[in-house]
Amino acid sequence: MSDHKTMTLTLIVWRQKGPKDPGKFETYTAKGITEHHSFLEMLDCVNEDLIYAGKEPIVFDHDCREGICGMCSQVINGAAHGGQDRTTVCQLHMRKFKDGDTIYIEPWRARAFPIIKDLIVDRSALDTIVQAGAYVSCHTGGVPDGNAILIPKPAADEAMDAAECVGCGACVAGCPNGAAMLFTGAKVSQFAVIPQGQAEAATRVKDLVDAMTSCGFGNCTNHYECQVACPKGINVKFIARMNREFIKAQFA
Amino acid sequence: MQFTSSSIGRKVFMAITGQSMVLFAVIHLLGNSSIFGWLNGGINAYAEHLHSLPLPFIIGFRLVMLAMVCIHIWFGIQLTIENRGGRPQQYAVKSTQKATFASENMIWTGALIGIFLLYHLAHFTFQVINPETAALKHLVPLHNEMVPNVLGMVVSGFSNFLVSFIYAGAMVVLFLHLSHGIQSFFQTMGWSCDRSQPIIVKLGSLVALVIFLGYVTIPLTIFAGILKG
Repeated sequence: MSDHKTMTLTLIVWRQKGPKDPGKFETYTAKGITEHHSFLEMLDCVNEDLIYAGKEPIVFDHDCREGICGMCSQVINGAAHGGQDRTTVCQLHMRKFKDGDTIYIEPWRARAFPIIKDLIVDRSALDTIVQAGAYVSCHTGGVPDGNAILIPKPAADEAMDAAECVGCGACVAGCPNGAAMLFTGAKVSQFAVIPQGQAEAATRVKDLVDAMTSCGFGNCTNHYECQVACPKGINVKFIARMNREFIKAQFA
Repeated sequence: MQFTSSSIGRKVFMAITGQSMVLFAVIHLLGNSSIFGWLNGGINAYAEHLHSLPLPFIIGFRLVMLAMVCIHIWFGIQLTIENRGGRPQQYAVKSTQKATFASENMIWTGALIGIFLLYHLAHFTFQVINPETAALKHLVPLHNEMVPNVLGMVVSGFSNFLVSFIYAGAMVVLFLHLSHGIQSFFQTMGWSCDRSQPIIVKLGSLVALVIFLGYVTIPLTIFAGILKG
């Protein structure tokens, strides 16, 4: 046995067999959890117990478990990724919880993100937005040529800040309207601030906004919940920039 | 996609119409403050000055204001219905961190302001709520001519507790609506960045507070008997 004190937690988890299933909350007990467990490792422990008991384990998305891929997607006690500043679920640790806590675990909830199973949602609507034009199709040359285009340092930094988005969808999950304005704003901005993005700037912003609307996302009402939910700290200034670009594009 | 069918386009219309109405509210307040006597002849002189403007200008101005209110309400309802559909199922635990009571209830504060607006127009513009004190029927002398007694109408109106209470309550609702609305204008128009945005949020609330205090002073001073007809 380890020297660590262990915790016992009550988990209230959303279980849904498939997209058509109405789904419901199930209660589980997580035993023997130490403060060093990550949130996903804690779920792994619960799933082991469920498998031993011959029950269906809780299905959830995860990949790198290093806080960089954006694959994990859970709403914990009402907060996307658990509500810790700039943290994905995989990097949320059990030291943030106390012995005896009750934890609600839910999938991202948005019309544009249909639930596949339990805590896994279909986030391909974000890919649809990217496919609508979040790229440059003009010739930008080989790798050395990239450095031949002079970009002011503040503009390069700004583009990188926007490009930090990993597309996890927490902004959509956190938004009371299920809007993807922060995601789309980041995609528009990462190109809008650098020279390579200028040629297609007007068509890009129009196409992305169109794709966003047709995917079934809501509209922005400036609550700024998305910025709090974002594990990469994407700022709502990128939404303002997208709005600016969109208005500008009407005259282009 | 048409500008007016995109969400951003419709929000731009909401922002411009909303901010224009804020501008109107500020000018309306400055005009009304003549009741405190800084203008020679007080609010009666101010009202007379407005009435002496060319009729086509008055009609045109009113039509533009009406169009703004209609656009703001129409797109507001449309966008709210769409937004309610954006997240069909709510979370079991609500944990909003940045959203406020004001930002979450714009549609309801807006609806209350709309209803108040109708009451306010019926009260002081069309003067059908208390016809016995209607200014248009009670002329008083001012600078050698007879003008409608707006001061008398306002003072007698606000001497009633219920009327003062309705006006003060409506101004609380207006404060809530504007505390989110003013800063939203800058975000929707794209006139903010990471450094200016938190300042704009605070200034928006401050302007809303100043408008609230300015307006609420009129019924309060009258009801308390400080301002007399």
